[in-house]
Parts: sequence; structure tokens; C-alpha cells
Amino acid sequence: MRTFVFAGRVTKEILRDPLSLVFGVGFPVVLLLLLSAIQSNIPVEMFRPEELTPGIAVFGLSFLSLFSAQLVSKDRSGAMLQRLFTTPMRAHHFILGYVLPLIPMALCQGLICYAVSLCLELSFTVNLIWAILCLLPVAGIYIGIGLLCGSLMTEKQATSICGALLTNLSAWLSGTWFSLELVGEGFRAFAELLPFSHAVDLGRAALSGDFSGIPVHLLWVAGYAAVLLTASVFAFRSNMKQ
Amino acid sequence: MNDAIRIEHMTKRYGKKVAVSDLSLQIGRGELIALLGLNGAGKSTTIRVLSGLCRPDEGNAILLGKSVLHQATEVKAMIGVSPQENATAQNLTVYENLELMARLHGLNRVQSREKIATLEQIFSLDTVRSQKSKTLSGGWQRRLSIAMALVGEPQILFLDEPTLGLDIVARRELWRFIESLKGKMTILLTTHYLEEAEALSDRIAVMSQGQLCAVGTAEELKQQTACERFEDAFVKLASGKGEGMNA
Repeated sequence: MRTFVFAGRVTKEILRDPLSLVFGVGFPVVLLLLLSAIQSNIPVEMFRPEELTPGIAVFGLSFLSLFSAQLVSKDRSGAMLQRLFTTPMRAHHFILGYVLPLIPMALCQGLICYAVSLCLELSFTVNLIWAILCLLPVAGIYIGIGLLCGSLMTEKQATSICGALLTNLSAWLSGTWFSLELVGEGFRAFAELLPFSHAVDLGRAALSGDFSGIPVHLLWVAGYAAVLLTASVFAFRSNMKQ
Repeated sequence: MNDAIRIEHMTKRYGKKVAVSDLSLQIGRGELIALLGLNGAGKSTTIRVLSGLCRPDEGNAILLGKSVLHQATEVKAMIGVSPQENATAQNLTVYENLELMARLHGLNRVQSREKIATLEQIFSLDTVRSQKSKTLSGGWQRRLSIAMALVGEPQILFLDEPTLGLDIVARRELWRFIESLKGKMTILLTTHYLEEAEALSDRIAVMSQGQLCAVGTAEELKQQTACERFEDAFVKLASGKGEGMNA
């Protein structure tokens, strides 16, 4: 019960900050439209809707890190969280309360992204549903990063890292904008140690119906999500004990 | 067992700094006790430990039979805390802030609604119930903060500098609210305003450099220090010139 009460409060905080909400949904859509326009003038293999849309959907989720980092670090900087620490709430109530409202938001982002793509050139198949569902573990990664940074850093630090730095890094290392092989084998190998390219390839595999390609990427993504979310619980618990 | 709070040889350190040293104090049920001291005396740290925000390094504190060391969650279910800073959710309305705290303390929707209606009346918050907390003035935020501490129906209330930064009219109004709570719950109040402690509390505890210097009524402390004014008695105690006068 306490989890849902706290999640309700977090939801209100998110919905009452429309600027970040519009940015998180709007910016990926603008990029999708822009790159689709390029594709229609100068065809590029990577910018075909089947390749591009999963990448943009993952890119959109990177803003979840910013939201979650801001939420936690802002709470930590004020006395409200101290007050909440004096209630019978436990660490898992807090973490779940932060995570739960972000999951429908991740699904909404994915739905909007794929809906826009359908209006462009993407054809509707049932695989599209799998591709959207595959965004859930990816959301776990970004929410985990955000909660971890928000629990350990000041609002300014967390916003910088989860804003410009993370969104750019995860975009470059995801293989959405350019092929990782084009940069070099070392770069590709490094990128594949991180979850971002696997997140995009997971969506691409699901969308194309290549179900045999899903497990390996899903393992990377789910593994990173589990580690990051667990680390964020420990980081938050250490805050509660300070 | 009539003690609401029993602090037993409690010590809290931050690194090498001893914030609270070997503090022992008993506070009766329904009593309002003011904790006085200069900056850094250990008042807020004492409240932090008693409200479960940090653990004591040595000793223990028992609140209504529950230990802060071993039963922190049970302790938290019985207390209400109004911190020094304005601890409200800024984007939530007055009503939503109160509802949040009520529900987190386990009240259901109906119970919350009833409790909030009562508190809104007592604190005159009904006129601002739909306003976001960030739009309230300092005085209203304080009222809301105290109402939030009360909405969970605590048996023990901690008020950390409740009137800090308020003008004299707002302060007097809050005094009235606090006075109206006397006897209904145990209240531990920290303050820098000596007249506040004198006017509101049943007993006053004076802390200096993390240690308890004296405990008693304002009259008793004046007698113990051979001072006519309470301010002089406090200065004597807080500056360490009143040693050996512990209650």
C-alpha cells in the first residue's frame, strides 16, 4: 500500500513538470521525423523505419534516467525525504514508488514512437507488440542508472550525467545513428560490452520477427537492468542510514 | 512504565565529532519538553536519533516500549516529525501533502479524509487546501509542516525549531496550536527562543556540546542557577558555568 501511495505522489510530481515530459517524448519524435525525411530523400540502410524506430525508441527511454535522477536527487536535497524517512516506509517502498510510475511512461514513449513510425513508412505486424514489450527491460536499465545517480549525486551532478552525457553516450554506443563497425573493431567490441547496442538490437530482432536473435540481447539487457536496479536499492538504503 | 521516551546513555558521533554524548533523559507521557542549547549543542541530532533517521553509536532510546535500535519501523509508526526546514512536497497541494502523510502512516481513504478535515480546521488550512505547497508563505508552510506531522495520529511529536523564521504574530498563533496539543501527546520541541520554551513547556532540558546540562521547569532552573531571569539561567547553563546542577 505504501508503495502505491508514494508512487502516486511521484506520478503527480512527473505530470506537473510538463516541460521534461514534452521533451522526453517530443525530442525523439522530432528526430524520427527528421531522419525519416532524410531517408526519403537519400535512402540510407540504417534509417529504414525497421532499423531506425527501435533505436529511436531506446533513445527516448534514455530520458527516463534524467527524470528518475532528478526526482531522487531533488527529494534528497530537500527536507521532504528526511520527513518521509521518519515514516514506516522501507527502502523497497521508496524504490518501487519511484520505478512504478516510470514504467507506464516508458510504454507510452514506446507507443508514441512506434505510432509515429507507423504513420510514416513502418508496416504494422504483430511483432510490433513484441518490440514495444522489449522496451520494458530497457527501461529498467535507464531507470536504474537514474535512481543510482540520483541516490549518490547532487541534483546538478545527476542532471548533468543523466542528461547530456548519458543521452549522447547511449546514442553513440547504440548503433542507431551509425554502424558500430564503421568506427572500428575496438569501438564495436567496447560498445557490445555495454547494454545500449543490445537494447537496440533486441528491438530490431523483435520487430523483424527474428526470435532466435532475442535471447542473447535480452540477457545482456535484463542483466544490466537487474544489476543497476539492485545497486540503486543499496545506494538508496545507504542514504536512509546516513 | 509512564515514560513515553527513555534515553539511555545515548552517544552519537559524526566521524571524530561527538554530537551527543552519554545522554540520559526520561520524558513522561503527555509531557511537553523543550530542548534548549546553543548551535551545535546536539538538539537536532537527538531528534534525528529518536525519530530513527540515524542510529546511536552507543546506548539506546526506548519510545513507548520500542527500541530505536531494534524496532525502528514500529517506532516510526508512533511518531510525527516536523523538521527544521520546510519539509513539504512542493508540487503537491496542501490537501495532497496531508493525504500523502496520512496514507503512509496507514490511514485508509475515509480515515484520512476525516483526519485532514479536522486538521484543516484547526490550522485554518481549508482556505489554502488546493494551493501547491511551493506557493505558500513561510508561516503557512510551517502550519502545513506541523499538520503533516500530526496527520498520522502520532503518540509522540517532535518539533524541530517549529517557529524559526516566523514573524511574531505567526509565532504566537503556532504557540496556541502547540499549547492545544499539550496533554494529548508527548511533545519534544527544540527551539532557540527562550520565551517559547518558557511559555510552552512542562520541563526544559538544556544541552551544551552534546551533553545534558540541566533538566527542570523554568522556575527550577532559575533557582538552581540563582538567576532571576530565565535567559540568565540559560546562559549560565549553556556556557558551562552551571556545572553540577543537573536535575
